[in-house]
Order: sequence, then C-alpha cells, then structure tokens
Amino acid sequence: MNDKIKKARRHVSQNEGLIFEKSAPGKRGIELPPLDVPAVDPSAAFGAEFVRDSVFGFPEVSEVEVLRHFTRLSTWNYAIDLGMYPLGSCTMKYNPRVNEFVARLDGIATEHPFQPQTVSHGCLEIMRTLQNCLLEITGMDACTLQPSAGAQGELTGLLLIRAYLESKGDARRKILIPDSAHGTNPATAVIAGYEVENIRSDSNGQIDVEALKQEVQDDVAALMLTNPSTLGVFEPRIGEIADILHQRGALLYMDGANMNALAGVSRPGDFGVDVMHLNLHKTFSTPHGGGGPGAGPVLVKRILEPFLPVPVLVEKNGQPVLEVHRHTSIGRLRAFGSNFGVLVRALAYILAYGPGIRQATEDAVLNSNYIRKRLKDVYDLPYESTSIHEVVFSDARQKKNGVNTMDIAKRLIDYGFHPYTTAFPLIVPGALMIEPTESESKEECDLFVDAMRAIAEEAATNPDLVKTAPHSTRVSRLDEVAAARKPILRWKP
Amino acid sequence: MRYLPKSFSERQAMLAAIGAKSIDELFASIPTEYRLKEPLNLPGPLSEAEIISWFRTRAGNNSVGYTSFLGAGVYDHLRSVVTDTILQRGEFLTSYTPYQAEISQGTLQSIFEFQTLVCQLTGQEVANASMWDGSTATTEAVLMAERLTRRHRVLVARTLHPEHRQVLGTYARNLGLKIEEFAYSDSGQIDEAALTAAVDDETAAVVVQSPNFFGVLERIPAIADIAHSKQALLIVAVAEAVSIGIVRPPVEADIVAMETQSFGMAPSYGGPYAGVIATREQFVRQMPGRLAGQTTDIEGHRGFVLTLATREQHIRREKATSNICTNQALCALAATVHLCLLGKEGLRELALQNLAKARFTAAELAKVPGVRLPFSGPYFNEFVIELPRSVRIANDSLLREKIIGPLPLGPWYPEQTKRGLVCVTETMPRAEIERLAAALGRALALPI
Repeated sequence: MNDKIKKARRHVSQNEGLIFEKSAPGKRGIELPPLDVPAVDPSAAFGAEFVRDSVFGFPEVSEVEVLRHFTRLSTWNYAIDLGMYPLGSCTMKYNPRVNEFVARLDGIATEHPFQPQTVSHGCLEIMRTLQNCLLEITGMDACTLQPSAGAQGELTGLLLIRAYLESKGDARRKILIPDSAHGTNPATAVIAGYEVENIRSDSNGQIDVEALKQEVQDDVAALMLTNPSTLGVFEPRIGEIADILHQRGALLYMDGANMNALAGVSRPGDFGVDVMHLNLHKTFSTPHGGGGPGAGPVLVKRILEPFLPVPVLVEKNGQPVLEVHRHTSIGRLRAFGSNFGVLVRALAYILAYGPGIRQATEDAVLNSNYIRKRLKDVYDLPYESTSIHEVVFSDARQKKNGVNTMDIAKRLIDYGFHPYTTAFPLIVPGALMIEPTESESKEECDLFVDAMRAIAEEAATNPDLVKTAPHSTRVSRLDEVAAARKPILRWKP
Repeated sequence: MRYLPKSFSERQAMLAAIGAKSIDELFASIPTEYRLKEPLNLPGPLSEAEIISWFRTRAGNNSVGYTSFLGAGVYDHLRSVVTDTILQRGEFLTSYTPYQAEISQGTLQSIFEFQTLVCQLTGQEVANASMWDGSTATTEAVLMAERLTRRHRVLVARTLHPEHRQVLGTYARNLGLKIEEFAYSDSGQIDEAALTAAVDDETAAVVVQSPNFFGVLERIPAIADIAHSKQALLIVAVAEAVSIGIVRPPVEADIVAMETQSFGMAPSYGGPYAGVIATREQFVRQMPGRLAGQTTDIEGHRGFVLTLATREQHIRREKATSNICTNQALCALAATVHLCLLGKEGLRELALQNLAKARFTAAELAKVPGVRLPFSGPYFNEFVIELPRSVRIANDSLLREKIIGPLPLGPWYPEQTKRGLVCVTETMPRAEIERLAAALGRALALPI
C-alpha cells in the first residue's frame, strides 16, 4: 500500500459463508402469532397430489444468525454512504434518509393498488404532485409514472412513437441510435419492433448533423439521443437536429440519464424533444440498492398524450383520478400501476430542494469541471469540447506501459474509491468516464484527484503494482472466465 | 442546502482552479435560447420536518383504519423488523450494481443466495437476480420461449392475472407474437380439453398461473403433458409465492415466472416488488436479467461475480436477451432475508395459517344468505364468491363499515359480473373475518 493513500486503510472484516452452510434442523428466525381459527390439513383440503413436503435444503437459522449474516455481508460492500462513486452517467448522489422514512409511513407503505380510488386520494395526490414537478423540470406536456426503470421508460417512449406514427398511417421501420449510446437504447428498439441503425459520432463525439440529413429518410421513426451525450457534452445543434427530424415526420426521443446536467438550467421540452424518460434512481436520488429498484417516468409533448399507458392520471373537478380505460392507449407496461415507493422517494427529494434544485445541478457541474481541470495533464482527454456534469478521459498515455483503464480502476479501489465507468462509451477506446455528482465535497474531490494522480505516477514508475491491483480487498481479480465457462449459479448441498 | 457539502468559499476556490469567473460560464455550451432565466416553479424547499408532515397528511387521506380483503397479486403478509433493519444498512441501500466484484461481495453473495432460494422453492435448476415484477417476468418468459422454440404462437390461460395478460399484449403486439387465450372450467381451473384442442406444432408456450387469478390450484403435471406433447414449453406464473410453502412446486414447468412480493415487501400502492425467472439449466443462456455466479479469486478464495453477461444489453446491445438493466435488487434482498428468517418450518407454518384463515372465511361467508362459492377446485388463500347482486353495490355498503370487500371480477370477466375475489392471509384476525360476514349479510339484506 502506498503511503500516499489518504482516504482508506486496511481493516479486519468478518468471514461469512453461505446461509445454507449454517443451517441446522429445527432453527427458525420468525415465530408467528398463534392461529385463531381451526387448523386445516392441506392433503384434506387440496388432495395429496397438490401437497409438498417441506422445502429441501431451505435454511434453518435463528434470528441472530440471520442478522449477523447479512450485516457481515454488508460490510464487504462499498456504498455512497461511504464515499464517492465517480461512475459516469450513473449519477450516484446522496440518498436522503427522510425519503426512506416517508416511504414507510402507514397510509403509504400499506396501500393496495386495487383499493377504491375513494380511499386513495393521498396516493393520487402524491402522484399528481410528482407529475407536475417533473413536467415543470422538463418543460414537457404530459407524463406517465408507470415504467419500472429507465429501460422500460425507453420502451414506453418508443411504443408511444409507434402509436403516434401509426395514427398518421405509417409506423415506419427504423430508430437511429448514436454509437455512443447506452446499451439499453438499441436493446429496447428491438423489443419495440424496430430496426436499429447505428449512426457514427463526428470527430467531436457529437451528432454529425450533415450526415443526419441523409440518414433521416421516410422510414425513420425517431432518433434516440442522450443530451448531454455520454461524453458529457451538450449537442450544440440540438435545435437543428430536432428540425431535421420533424421536417421528415420523425420524432426526437431523449434518454434522460444525464438530466443531472440540466435540472433547473435547461429544459428538454424547450429544445425540441418530443418524448423522454427520466431515471428517478439517478437525477432524483432514489437509492440504487445494489441494482434497483428504480423508476423511469416518461414525459411527452401533447401530440403523444392520447397514447399514454393506462391507467392515466388525469384531473376531474380538480381531483387527481386514474383513468383506467383509454382506447388509444398503448396499453399497460406493468401490473399494479408503478414503483410507487420509488415515486414517493423522488418527490421527497424534489420537495427538499424546491426551485433551488438548480443549485444541485450547478454543484455537479462545478465538481466535474474541477476534476477535469486537475486531471487533464496526466490523463488523455480525447475530446476538447466543453463537458458539463461528467468527463471522459482515455488510458492512451498509461497504455504505453501496458496499464489500461481496467487496471487503473482496480488500483483506485486500494485508494478507497469505487471505480469510474470503464470501457464505455464505446467511441472512446480505453475510456475513463467520471461523474462526481453534487454530493461530493471539495475534500472528497481533492482526495479523488490525488488518488488518480498517484496512480498515473505508479503507471509510469511501477506499472505491475497497478496491473495486479487491488491489493487491499477481501478477494482480488475474481476469475470471470471460469465463472462463465462453467456457471455455478446456486448452492447445492 | 443540507444535501450540498460545499461552502461559498469552496465554490469560489474551485471556480478559480478551473479558471472560470462564474458558474454560468460552465454552462456556456448550452445555447442561450435554451438556458432558463427564471427559477423553476416547484413546491418547496422543505425542511426534513416539513417533508414528513407533508407526507403524513397525504398518508391520512388513504385507507388507514380500513380492513382490506384484497389480494389479486398483491398480498398483505407479516414483515419482520429484522428485514427492514438489513435493508436500511447503507452498504446495501446505497450501493451500486455489483459490476466491480471486489467491493460488492455483499450484494453478490446475497444475490447468489436469492437465486438458490428461488430454485429450492420452485423446483427449478437456475434462477436470475430479479425482474421488475411478476407481470414483466411472465412476459419475458414468453419472449424466452419464443427464442428457444423459434415458434410464434402462445396460448395463455384466461385464469392468468388480467394485468399480466395486458402487459404481455402490449409487448407482443410489436413482435409478431400471436397470443390466444383459452378457457377455464366450472372447477375454476383451466379447461384441459380446450387446451388440448388448441396446442399445435406452432405453439411456443402455454402460460398458466397457479394458484390462478381465482385462487384455484392448477393441475400442473397434466398441463405440462399437454404442452410437451407438441414440444411447446410450459410457463407457470406464481403470483402468491407463500403458497409454495405447502403446495407442490411446478417442477414440470420449463420456465417459472414468480412474483416475490409476499416475502417481505410492503404493498406500497403497486410497487416496488421483485419478479424472478427460474428455469432449466439448459435454457440459461436465453435467460434475461442478471446472474450471480460462484468463482475463485487469484488466491483461490471463493467469491461471486455477475456472469454470462454476453446475454445482456450492455454487452450485446440490439442482440441482447432483454433490455433490462436496473432490476429490483433491494427488493430481492428483502425476499432473501425474509425467507432466511422464515426458514423451512416458518414457511410451512405461514402457508398453513393462510390456508386455515381462508377456509374459515369461506365457511363463514357461505353461511350468509345468498352467498355461494362457484368454483369447486382446490384453493389456497383466495377464493371467488358469488352474490345475488352487484359486487360493487355490496362493496359500497361494506366501505361504509370500513371494510374493503371482494375485488369485483366483472371488469375483467364480463361473464362474472356478480362475483368477487376474497383474499385472507395470516394477518387477518378472526374477529375481522366474522365482522366481514356480518357486514356482508347486512349489505345483502338492504333493499335494492
């Protein structure tokens, strides 16, 4: 370990096996209140052919063992609560704890999605308030809170585009997607029944507008754009891009993953976007929880409003009401309405800021530019264009000593940080994609910069140290090839 | 602002280091016409206490104080404080997807345990790390069956949850899939003769749910035989996972699409929950979603990694098995912890309590003049009752007595307008069941 490492030191952590390995017959962690009605024998009730014996191999452990097991496991994780995640386009910001509290209130956690609307006014008002806030932030006309994640928001958006174009006589065949796009964009286009046409970014990593004019033919339904791009760069000719599409009867879809650069500063509805999704687990602070849950609300211009998925939240006599039937709707994307618990958390976040949400955006952009300035002399910056809330370097200089972005990322772990995004976007070979978010103090940013500078020096003077990192973790360089070749996906006795 | 850890002087110092005079300079790449000149019109800012007060007020305008007999895919079960304690640990709550395995072993090992528990429950060989919910799990199972068989016709039971069928329809419409429904019989189970007549060499999959939407258990081995006789795959959706504590799991299914909400997740007005897909090992490369696999590190220590990622969108893009990225990891963790706490005996006892409560309720309701139970098939913790008049009108009366009554079937099943679905779990006190019966009696005695 380098004595330059300021943020982290080694520490003893508990070993812990699989829960199945601590089982012993007869132990249990939950005791139920006694039954107050007559017991029923399942064989008598169902017939023997429907009955199972107990679940073979199921854990049998006490409450204290369960608590200890998962507490020990948790100590092996990095988390936002411990420090920065500089992951590009993930927007790993602070997850406010009051959001967890309000999501658990009686009257919120307890509500059933099929209960009558007459005893659900509170839930409906929460949804209406959130919808209105998201419309104000994005400058769009209508909203659905239904999609469960960004990818499902993308699907919803493309299905809305399809329905609209069908209503005009031709759903068309293709979606244009930049080569810098997140993988969910092309994957989603295929599920929406469209063909994907990948379009090349120009030498600045942006949309080649002249090429676009040729690419937007009558069989193109839409362009899926991330703005700012995955390089953190705002498309300067976004207005023209929107015009080119609209003139040909196509629509502009915006992937809102990078909304953290825009909230309170600029509105996609103002620069020509027809439909977009937001990631509540990014810009709007809902916790990542190790991979979800999230939510991917979709915001649209008026022309797409008739096609919104049911149920649609509308206003009747000043009251929010769910409209369950709408024959022009694209249908339902999921059962039971929405990831309502995630919506509650996002609204609590917005209420905390109010109009001051702009300050969060400004701090995010300040942090990103600060880090860019302080690292550009040691890491290669492939694009000189101004980046806003995130910045992408490459490992070009370090590669000369055989050190690549993956190695640098692993060494960053020894310095007490989670790695940045490696090897994405695809248009930058050996990418280091960094988004600090507004939740990072100057101190944390400086520690990160110091760590990255120290690693750059190690890459030059002691490359093996970097190539064999991390050195301080419980496990190191797990064999992913073996894991895929002979998958072991469950415990067996 | 309490979420922003910078002082005014720190901001100034950072601007100076960048060489910018003001923060506005950093947004210069956004054309002026798109830069807002005024603050947004948003409610707030609110302090922590005001946020709590705001939500408490809304919480007071919902159904607190009412007793609900709703199920239909979302179940009110006991949840343990221990589960919530674990979920609220920052290292689980605020951690990222475990792509960097060395510092995500907590998440990865708990996913591996989740996958194992789901296999043990369903009798399948492999399970994934979660889908968005049961309805999208069912839909993705159908798409998986299409890829595996290269056939495009799907037979779907009318007793599959109506919202699952709607979601499947939304997805299938654009993918050239032909979805056809088949009928149910007087027992409340699917009509096996109708299914046999419908299955052919073009059928990719047969989709059923057990217990089905009416609460009735389906005869899975018989249905599997019918599907497999034409080399179609059998997909079984499980909406009430607690049933698997005493009901024989669908081992003959080729793919199981399960909702795990019953294990430790609050109803929360519709979500978040956690769906999961479980299947045979031979199908694993066509599974959607994340998978945690066991491996060793450079020193031979056991560890876990996300694996078989070439199925997924971030690697395969337009050729991926699904577009799913963010899943329901924290909810799956809730299920994992909850199941570990219940354990073998607790799960069985929980299922037995549900069965006992439902059977008692059915017996009490059957005594109410005019009420009958139309389906003869075996049921777990939900069942259909038939009234002599509109369920909706009876429910209005029940609501005045602070009871949320049976879910009317009419909106989804036009042939069942006088029928409603009643769900009773281990949480329902006997006194409330008796009160329901009495209140229903009063409701039906009212003049029309």
